Amino acid sequence: MTAPLLEVRNLRTRFRTDRGDLDAVRDVSFTLRAGETLGLVGESGSGKSVTGFSIMGLIDLPGRIIGGEILFRGQDLTKLDEEAMRRLRGNRIAMVFQDPMMTLNPVLRISTQMIETVRAHESVDEATARVRARDLLGAMGIPSPEARLDAYPHQLSGGMRQRVAIAIALINKPDLIIADEPTTALDVSIQAQILAEVQQLTRESGTALLWITHDLSVIAGIADEIAVMYAGRIVEQGSIDAVLDQPSHPYTAGLIGSLPGASTPGSMLVQIPGTTPDMVDPPLGCAFGPRCARRDDACERQPAFTESAHRLRCFHPLSGPASTAEVSA
Amino acid sequence: MTTVPAASARRPANSALRRFLRAPSALIGLGLLALLVIGAVFAPQIAPQNPFDLAAIDVLDARMMPGSVSSGGDITYLLGTDGQGRDLFSAILYGLRTSLTVGVGSALLAGLIGILLGLIAAWSGGFIDALIMRLVDLIMSLPSILIALLMLALLGRGIGNVVLTLVLLEWAYYARTARAQALVERKRDYFEAARGLGLPTSRILLRHVLPNCLPPLLVIAALQVARAITLEATLSFLGLGAPVTQPSLGLLIANGFQFMLSGEYWISFFPGLTLLAAIVAINLVGDRLREVLDPRALK
Repeated sequence: MTAPLLEVRNLRTRFRTDRGDLDAVRDVSFTLRAGETLGLVGESGSGKSVTGFSIMGLIDLPGRIIGGEILFRGQDLTKLDEEAMRRLRGNRIAMVFQDPMMTLNPVLRISTQMIETVRAHESVDEATARVRARDLLGAMGIPSPEARLDAYPHQLSGGMRQRVAIAIALINKPDLIIADEPTTALDVSIQAQILAEVQQLTRESGTALLWITHDLSVIAGIADEIAVMYAGRIVEQGSIDAVLDQPSHPYTAGLIGSLPGASTPGSMLVQIPGTTPDMVDPPLGCAFGPRCARRDDACERQPAFTESAHRLRCFHPLSGPASTAEVSA
Repeated sequence: MTTVPAASARRPANSALRRFLRAPSALIGLGLLALLVIGAVFAPQIAPQNPFDLAAIDVLDARMMPGSVSSGGDITYLLGTDGQGRDLFSAILYGLRTSLTVGVGSALLAGLIGILLGLIAAWSGGFIDALIMRLVDLIMSLPSILIALLMLALLGRGIGNVVLTLVLLEWAYYARTARAQALVERKRDYFEAARGLGLPTSRILLRHVLPNCLPPLLVIAALQVARAITLEATLSFLGLGAPVTQPSLGLLIANGFQFMLSGEYWISFFPGLTLLAAIVAINLVGDRLREVLDPRALK
């Protein structure tokens, strides 16, 4: 087994709010190997995006990483200074954001934005950078890329813009791409095309992908492994087949069950009862406990994350090994 | 569709220009301004007399009515002459030159300094932000004319010193707006994305944030030019601005002031009218710029 490209260990990210400290990420650990795709799934506020931003070193005050390690090629990113981090960003680790309408600068041409990304990290002349930009736009399925280079973002459609944003992320051939719901704002057919192109490009270059989404159907198509987050913790993690076909955590099962396609036509849509916990004052035990049908007294304590191929944080799983230990924190 | 707000908020420059010219007031302002600028730039070619050349001036022609012919018979004094027998039309063209140079020069310099300090304040936050913004408050809270009088009393008169004084007074307006704009732009996704690409800070600020902050700053620049010209005229009128050898419009008004009651109104009146025209023209253009560039004003 090769050494992991990215190893996140016990990451904790806290935001200071008027109502008190909010731990958006509490004890998240996972590893990602070169060329692998990990899908990080969860609903809004589960901490999945904050996890991505923490890896990028883009957590601004009032938020900060208060614990854990982020080992990227063996180097702890939480200990790097801003300049060292800047050299990694957009170069070795790139990020694609949710809204392609907003992440491209409206007043700069596509070519400017692509070329500057190359030249921020590598001393090449403008013509070389431009050729690289054009080729990549072509590879991302953009017709007549040469002409598109001179366009402004508002002259492109939403799907085009997200292709451009992804091309910018790919342009320095990063080892890792963190994609934060990049296809959520697009319609389904465009989404499928873009997923296929990203998959092909990352597979060719051996780029690892951390795909953050709330959409299980997107994950099913692209990821090797899936990690389900709830209230700042990963509650279930395993291979895509194992988790989706045989979900063990009641929350994962609830997520899959509440997909509209999963219920029989004519019947009521299934939903998980209750709402997500208040993250400033979360439950002491299992955070999903208050919404869980399988809850009992054991769930007043925090379940540990099991150590196996199919990892789990639950005392009463639907299948697989139960979490018998309790976390002290 | 979701593309509409992003696209309509930022149109290409040529459509902004077309919208700019749609208002009659803007056309008048722009035409007037063009006329004045051409007069100022080509003053040596247009003016019948060099008002600074003492040899060309005949004291015998002092305080002649508009339309009079010089005693030498070679010049028609279109707007009359002043107390020294200087052709007023020529003096006004040269005076306009001084006034516009001071106004535009100080507005540009103040803009450069103010915008840079505003961006730095927005980027750094904390102590540096507080320091810059309290300085801005200080300058804005004191009456400009008082600071200007104090500065020029210390530095002495002269075009350079007037520009310096005006820059000191004006940068604060740019800094405050630039900072406010930059704080808004900071919240936008493209800013986070630019950081995510590992671009150097200076590049993010100057190439990404600054162009997005420019529209309101352009409006301020236009209005600050008008303000600078007025202030310079006031200072020159009070005898602290432009030197006697390089009279601006304000100084010309001051020179004619003593003759107002004895009926030789034109010596002050025509420079004053020119000043008024310049200020009105710049304000018309500035107001229209605001209407075109400020998306809120379109609603």
